Amino acid sequence: MPLLLWNDLNSPSLTRNMRTFWLSLALITAAYLLFWLLLLGATAAYSPPEVWLNTVMKPEIRYAAALSLLTCTAAAAIALLFAVPIGYFMARCQFRGKTLLDAALDIPIVLPPMVVGICLLIFFQTSIGRSIEQVVSFTYTIAGVVLAQFVVAAAFAIRTMRGTFDHLSARPEEVALTLGATRFQSFWHVALPTARRGMLAAFCIAWARSLGEFGPILVFAGATRMRTEVLPTTVWLELSVGNLDSAVTVSLAMILIAVIVLVAVRATGEKV
Amino acid sequence: MISLKNIFWQAPSAEFSLRDVSLAIPDNTYAVLMGSTGCGKTSLLEILCGLRQPNKGQIFLDDRDVTILEPRERRIGYVPQDLALFPGRRVKAQLSFALQMRGLSDETLIQQLAEDLRITHILERLPEQLSGGEKQRVALARALAAQPRVLLLDEPLSALDESTREDAMILLRTLQSKHALTVLHVTHSSSEAKALGQLRLRLDHGQIVSA
Repeated sequence: MPLLLWNDLNSPSLTRNMRTFWLSLALITAAYLLFWLLLLGATAAYSPPEVWLNTVMKPEIRYAAALSLLTCTAAAAIALLFAVPIGYFMARCQFRGKTLLDAALDIPIVLPPMVVGICLLIFFQTSIGRSIEQVVSFTYTIAGVVLAQFVVAAAFAIRTMRGTFDHLSARPEEVALTLGATRFQSFWHVALPTARRGMLAAFCIAWARSLGEFGPILVFAGATRMRTEVLPTTVWLELSVGNLDSAVTVSLAMILIAVIVLVAVRATGEKV
Repeated sequence: MISLKNIFWQAPSAEFSLRDVSLAIPDNTYAVLMGSTGCGKTSLLEILCGLRQPNKGQIFLDDRDVTILEPRERRIGYVPQDLALFPGRRVKAQLSFALQMRGLSDETLIQQLAEDLRITHILERLPEQLSGGEKQRVALARALAAQPRVLLLDEPLSALDESTREDAMILLRTLQSKHALTVLHVTHSSSEAKALGQLRLRLDHGQIVSA
């Protein structure tokens, strides 16, 4: 229940003090929004639409877009596979050290992206890493792109699923146990279907995060044209050769995708 | 028979505890447990179900020690205060859940329960499309579909209005008689206890006293 409805601002019962308070907050909100609209507007107005078309028709741009779609989807799907059980575990279990584990799960969110990339690079130089690479090659490959995206996206997906399960009552799952379900059956048949919208939100957030990932990909998978190039590294590559028009076009495409994902997440009704 | 022997349990928040709770409810008895709000009645039911483990003590069902058994092994039907219907599942699927968990299917049983509980006309509805009274009957039918020996009811009538409460009390006694159940009904209403209880118990300061 909101404290104030917009129409209430004109109500005679509202004191001048209260009106000033709420209007000040509205002004700060408007100023922040205006700042972002100016940034986006300037970017959108930089190049004419013909330039956008020429840019998206370039084979390397289309390759990067297709690869981004593929790797983001793969990374988000794998992130969800981890996020659901971890989120459920953290929401439902009480144990000593839970606060520490909670903090540890957020580490990928706060680590500088380049550091994530360096960690991946160093790990795959170890004996364990080299053994893994003999089976599946990650360093400077498409699989490496997926891994780099997954590492950070998973942390966001876990946080979303944790929030989802925290908000869901455990009582139906407990009743399921009394009706003959095992713990797994209670999770599978009761908790999961109820968490559908949260899973969709977690997938979308992991997908969007993967799309924006740059630092770890650059360090670990590289930015080889027509090989490991994805949209964020395209922006960097185009900028590095002085091709601002192309960089802006790709940026606008990524902004549009981000807005679509945001709308999709809001449509699930999940609070993220 | 339900038998609790020397049950001790401390709430995590340490607001209350169950101290040396012992009770015995004979077969086919409608027992009512009363107590003030927050005294541990719901926790006692959860311990009986196996949803919580007591710190000390034993739980017997028909002379069988079930203290360390999982809820699904105790054949206890449980209707919590908030009913906890499964979101997104139609009424028929709610009723079929217990059979589904055992890999069984019994349309006759489901239909019979639906008729007994007067919910045949709402079998295709979702939980959010049900009234309070309908939800309560669905929750009861769901518990009975598991064919329990014991039925635990946590304030089942608290959300009902006066007229539906009377009907519900008659329904509960009829079901208890028809299915030969041992029932433990938790309430804070003394009128419910008088109307329903063949055995009346009170939980007071963590201990059971006869009402």
